[in-house]
Amino acid sequence: MAALDQTQVKEGVDQETVDAVREVGTYKYGWDTDIEMEYAPKGVNPDIVRLISEKNEEPEWMTEWRLAAFERWTQIEEPNWAMVHYPKIDFQDQYYYARPKSMEEKPKSLDEVDPKLLATYEKLGIPLKEQMILAGVEGAEDMPAEGRKVAVDAVFDSVSVGTTFQDELAKHGVIFCSISEAIREHPELVKKYLGSVVPVSDNFYATLNSAVFSDGSFVYIPPGVRCPMELSTYFRINAENTGQFERTLIIADKGSYVSYLEGCTAPRRDTAQLHAAVVEIIIEEDAEVKYSTVQNWFPGDEEGKGGIYNFVTKRADCRGDRSKVMWTQVETGSAVTWKYPSCILRGDESQGEFYSIAITNNYQQADTGTKMVHLGKNTKSRIVSKGISAGKAQNTYRGLVSMHPKAKDSRNYTQCDSLLIGDKCGAHTVPYIEVRNNSSRVEHEATTSKVDDDQLFYCRQRGMDEEEAVALVVNGFCKDVLQALPMEFAMEAQQLVAISLEGSVG
Amino acid sequence: MALPEVKQTATEARLATLTMPDAGCTRAAREDALARVLEMGLPGRRDEYWKYTRPDTLISPEAPRAALFNSDEPLLFGNLDRLKIVFIDGVFSAEDSDDLELEGVSIDRIEDICCKDIHWAKELYGVLEARGQSPVQRPLAALNTAFAADGVAIHVTGKPSKPISLIYRHASETSDAMLHHIIRVESGAEVTILENGPAASRFNKCMEIDIADGGILHHVRAQGRDHERRAATHMFTRLGQESVYKSFTLTVNGILTRNEQVVELTGDDAVAHVAGACVGDGDFHHDDTVFVTHDAVNCESRQVFKKVLRNGATGVFQGKILVKEGAQKTDGYQISQSLLLDDDSQFLAKPELEIYADDVACSHGSTSGAIDETALFYLRSRGVPVKDATNMLTLAFLAEAVDEIEDAALAEAIVNRLEGWLSRHI
Repeated sequence: MAALDQTQVKEGVDQETVDAVREVGTYKYGWDTDIEMEYAPKGVNPDIVRLISEKNEEPEWMTEWRLAAFERWTQIEEPNWAMVHYPKIDFQDQYYYARPKSMEEKPKSLDEVDPKLLATYEKLGIPLKEQMILAGVEGAEDMPAEGRKVAVDAVFDSVSVGTTFQDELAKHGVIFCSISEAIREHPELVKKYLGSVVPVSDNFYATLNSAVFSDGSFVYIPPGVRCPMELSTYFRINAENTGQFERTLIIADKGSYVSYLEGCTAPRRDTAQLHAAVVEIIIEEDAEVKYSTVQNWFPGDEEGKGGIYNFVTKRADCRGDRSKVMWTQVETGSAVTWKYPSCILRGDESQGEFYSIAITNNYQQADTGTKMVHLGKNTKSRIVSKGISAGKAQNTYRGLVSMHPKAKDSRNYTQCDSLLIGDKCGAHTVPYIEVRNNSSRVEHEATTSKVDDDQLFYCRQRGMDEEEAVALVVNGFCKDVLQALPMEFAMEAQQLVAISLEGSVG
Repeated sequence: MALPEVKQTATEARLATLTMPDAGCTRAAREDALARVLEMGLPGRRDEYWKYTRPDTLISPEAPRAALFNSDEPLLFGNLDRLKIVFIDGVFSAEDSDDLELEGVSIDRIEDICCKDIHWAKELYGVLEARGQSPVQRPLAALNTAFAADGVAIHVTGKPSKPISLIYRHASETSDAMLHHIIRVESGAEVTILENGPAASRFNKCMEIDIADGGILHHVRAQGRDHERRAATHMFTRLGQESVYKSFTLTVNGILTRNEQVVELTGDDAVAHVAGACVGDGDFHHDDTVFVTHDAVNCESRQVFKKVLRNGATGVFQGKILVKEGAQKTDGYQISQSLLLDDDSQFLAKPELEIYADDVACSHGSTSGAIDETALFYLRSRGVPVKDATNMLTLAFLAEAVDEIEDAALAEAIVNRLEGWLSRHI
């Protein structure tokens, strides 16, 4: 952003505007919190796995489960089929567990909470009221909530800092807590469902996650309950050279409904950091889950230095008839993204939807998409993917639509569009389509184009500058997906689209 | 890097059954190709590029037996005036072929150029195949370059008055044929190449086509109807400025067919259309693998592939458009569609785009489904019997691919073939 710093303030432009522009032009969440941390030794081995398990006060069966996963991990190779290139990761040269010292014992009052943690969440733009609860203050739930309530589970490096509105949710029978708490308090649910959607040996990163996941969120919605508020997890990586491995498990029992939001940020650093998460969702008969992500990890600087390697396995299993899942993702961050939120449509008449915007700028690389596996009769799926590539970035959509022989009368519609801004970037589409019965219909469409000159001209003629005009056109290009986002995210996502493209024009 | 053991063993077993022809001026190219085969190994079941087609029977040391096929149908293109070049089980038959003399074109057998030290084809033999090995490996084509003993080199310098027709006959139940053809179309020249017939029990064909600036090549081929044959064909085409390549392939039955087309647009304003129609019944497996590279400005490419499948037949389409950096104003289009006539058949597709230039319009589409019930009902409500109505709709479905053939007489011959198949199979 050197160019911006040297910008002369023109007549009629106040300093405030210049500052505002400067702020949006950079990664807003790139600061770090100077807080005393407690680390496990670097590297990964059975001892580290046992240590993580011990720190989380896990029962024996969980430790064994992790160790089996670690054993398996040592036998599988890192995948190399994605269209992403990065230096080989040294898995022994990073920390697998880091937590703020002050979190050793859960704080009971505001006074006990490390003020730096509070400040961190305040700075991240999470409202004060929520932030108090985040810090685990008892009694904060009784304060009047402003607007719509969102319960938050905040994960800071390897630990969950706090979960809000737990009591109010409990009144409805909803369990919302960190996964470490769930392993202790609800072992029967965890035992039954953990690893049932993403098996321990699913893939390299999922297996590593199974061995070393430190925390994450757990949600259980009982039969017939419509979750009274939106649930969300906020992931923050703070410590250097630390990998974040979180595990999310969501169970929507018969006839229930939940909308789940996920956000993530990390400080600006010169070295790349690993984030390998697993999300499992189980959806029973007539239940519905909406899962929305705004992924805004540090993308690396303009020269491609640093950034998060985001290697994530997300999968939803529509077990019951008429169950429904909807994945919505806005991917603007991370140096390298490797992520395929998938739907297994097992129940008859179950439905899966995937809406995605992936924006890459500078040296970012994204290989993302979805899998729709149709097993049940009359199942439906819909994929809308918008990839935007600028600078020297590479953006790939990779997807699978599979109609099994028994998935009679099923339906899929896929649309993946790519937009290129500049002639040094790339946009790629790699769909796999497998149709094994004839009563199902599969349609796939993909286009690649650039920002239309006529549209740009039209906007500029009305007084917009070029960047604004591009942002507007791009927002229009993404409209189908933005509309699928919950309110809280839609506005943020729209701004993110514009911010991510700053500096890509001209 | 050392090959996996299974691959190494399979490759060695296959190579043990082959001898390199006494090669003259193609010797160096053949030895290079053999080195490529040894480095890559022959395709295996775990290769990503062979995800949907099992290569086992294409690389086994011996060709699986295939019964000969007799049909009382009139010969395809039989009534057209053409220059016939006949191969029986992969060996040129002078007796059945026409005189290889035609104005505007010179034709030599690969066997003949092998004993010459200087020949235009030397500059081309194995060259386009070698270029086509990246970014995806095609070991069967390299195997062909190394070992093919026969084939023709066609040099087009003018506008020959009639099409050149390559006819392949199958005479032995265990024949294992390899043919390598080279075609060079000079600047401003224009030619139509026809290919048809079942060739052999197992057929490995490689064709290298080089079209100079402003050259035009029409290519129509029909793969043999005999059911038990297996074929792996590769066509490598390089296009110069303002040149045109239009290709259409009809595949009717055949237990296993893998057609790879590699098209490289290297001159500005070039046009390449690649189309295919296939109809399959029963244990039929058909794979179209197409790779189009745009490496020049303002080029147009079109891929149109249609498959009709029934009784457990399998159709595969792997198509890719690669637009290199700087290949601005590219117009790339790709469509792959299947019509599944019953519940046992399957369609597996992987239509890819890889784009490094921003001022392009590239799109692809892929659909799969059954016959439109509403259309069928409409026709039946107007008194058309269900069988005829199905035939009509199936032909209409295939029409978009057949329409890629410019010559009306050739298109008609293809449509007749399709009608014949439909009347027997539906």
